[in-house]
Amino acid sequence: MSEPAPAALPVTAGERALSLGAKCSLPVAVLLALGFAAPLVAIFAFSFATPRSFDVFRSFTLANYATLFDPSNTVWLSFAWSIGFAFATVALLAVVAYPIAFGLDRVFGRAASAMSLLFVFPLFVSENVRLYGWTLFFIKNGVLDGTAKALALAGGTDVLYSPGMILFGMVYTYLPFMLFPITLGLAMVPRDIVDAARDLGAGRLTIWREIELPLAMPGILIGMLLTFVLGIGAVAEAKILGGQSVIVISHDIEIAFTYSQNWPLGSALAVIVSVFVGALTLWGLSRLDLDRLLGRR
Amino acid sequence: MDDTRFRTRFLVWTWTVFVLVALYLPIVVGAVASFSRSRYFAFPVKAWSIDWWAKTVDSIEIGMIVRNSFLVAGFVTAIAVVIAFFGALAFARYDWKGRSLFQKLVILPIFFPQPVLGLALLLWFSALGIQTSWMTAVFAHLVWIVPVVTLVISIQVYGFDPTLEEAAFDLGCSRWQVFREVTLPILWPGIWSGGLFAFLLSWGNFPLSLYTAGADSTIPKWLYAKMVAGYTPMVPALGTMSTLGAAIALILGGVVVLLVRRLRAA
Repeated sequence: MSEPAPAALPVTAGERALSLGAKCSLPVAVLLALGFAAPLVAIFAFSFATPRSFDVFRSFTLANYATLFDPSNTVWLSFAWSIGFAFATVALLAVVAYPIAFGLDRVFGRAASAMSLLFVFPLFVSENVRLYGWTLFFIKNGVLDGTAKALALAGGTDVLYSPGMILFGMVYTYLPFMLFPITLGLAMVPRDIVDAARDLGAGRLTIWREIELPLAMPGILIGMLLTFVLGIGAVAEAKILGGQSVIVISHDIEIAFTYSQNWPLGSALAVIVSVFVGALTLWGLSRLDLDRLLGRR
Repeated sequence: MDDTRFRTRFLVWTWTVFVLVALYLPIVVGAVASFSRSRYFAFPVKAWSIDWWAKTVDSIEIGMIVRNSFLVAGFVTAIAVVIAFFGALAFARYDWKGRSLFQKLVILPIFFPQPVLGLALLLWFSALGIQTSWMTAVFAHLVWIVPVVTLVISIQVYGFDPTLEEAAFDLGCSRWQVFREVTLPILWPGIWSGGLFAFLLSWGNFPLSLYTAGADSTIPKWLYAKMVAGYTPMVPALGTMSTLGAAIALILGGVVVLLVRRLRAA
């Protein structure tokens, strides 16, 4: 951090940095204004257009929202599935990722960076390629079924295209988004405090509950928030591994935009999801000190 | 005490290796499926063949798709790195009034569901009367990838000592000289990994390409279309090739970093 310069100087470093910072933010700000804020304004405007029409700005109706909140409409079911899947994904991932994060921070030593790389790499493989690999694994006559038959076990069990499978796919896809924030969080726990507690006779469980968990909480929370929000928007898992047995909310939005050609209704749904996700994200971020989390100062 | 420590280490290692195996299992299954001779996948594989790989390489349609993926990822990388470099300076280097708000707004698109963002962009393009193609896909990818790259470069910027720049200014350097001789060389590793992230994330992106590439197809988009209707072993073959391509890019990127570090140290 640059020190505030003495006021006597004619051009202070502080003043120069201020204008430079704003200037540097301009390209990103313009991109996000045109590519992020504007499309959201567009769907907001579209959500008030006459259903099944394209006359945005020329008509104003709440009919789309009325349709969504109509109790006879089953769209709430998609919402319930998405939120349920997201909660279950967060809970399972916290348990799956915590020991690995602990390992990356304390156990693996010199191997930790290579291990991190192994966990990052699948992010660069298209999610539908990876999910399709699981389809080939679980499908009839696939790897699991074929192996079971070859071993003369009861084959032919159908696990694919079920809600459990979708949940499995989500846990699989979003693992890195939970793992790395938790690792960051654990790295923020000062070792001296853990050592001091041990010297004072605290047990392992006490150290974990009273020191490690609270101090690593910012990282854990950001991981939970990230996976929850991604889980709300997840659709590929339900389509590829779920075989459309369950329609999640993003899938509903997509159906409204494509098959039923009802852009205003799709927009209204998208607005509700965006407000939900946006509010949750901003609330989460407002409780975090990003400079400390990323810069470790 | 040492006994429980050993047990913890053992359990953590076992669990991690187990999860890693699960992480790579579907990728391996895809590779196996691409080398099976029969049109439909059945395990255990009875006859092996590289015909599907040969057909995939020879296909003119797939050639076009690979070209599109390269075009999109190339443009995304070049543009994202420049924009995100300045974004990272605003994010982490300078103290300015709107910084805290800027940080939150930059992170927001990363959290935003990509299928919804893709559809919103599609609607926005159509409202503006812009025909969607691989070029609009580049723009869509940038909206999501620039924030990610900004974060990646920011982490490097946090470790940057601003007094180095000030010292160069005091020694009479022009702003351009400071930028070229001090700022860029120090931030170079962050910029390089940011570029690598941009390329690989664009290369593998599916939800944004699906809605914003129009009639042009990219590798993930083509694979998805074939997964839903009309499986052939060319699907896992192209998927495996694409994965190998990403792995090679990552390894080459890492080697370049190591080489430059060694050259500088020498």
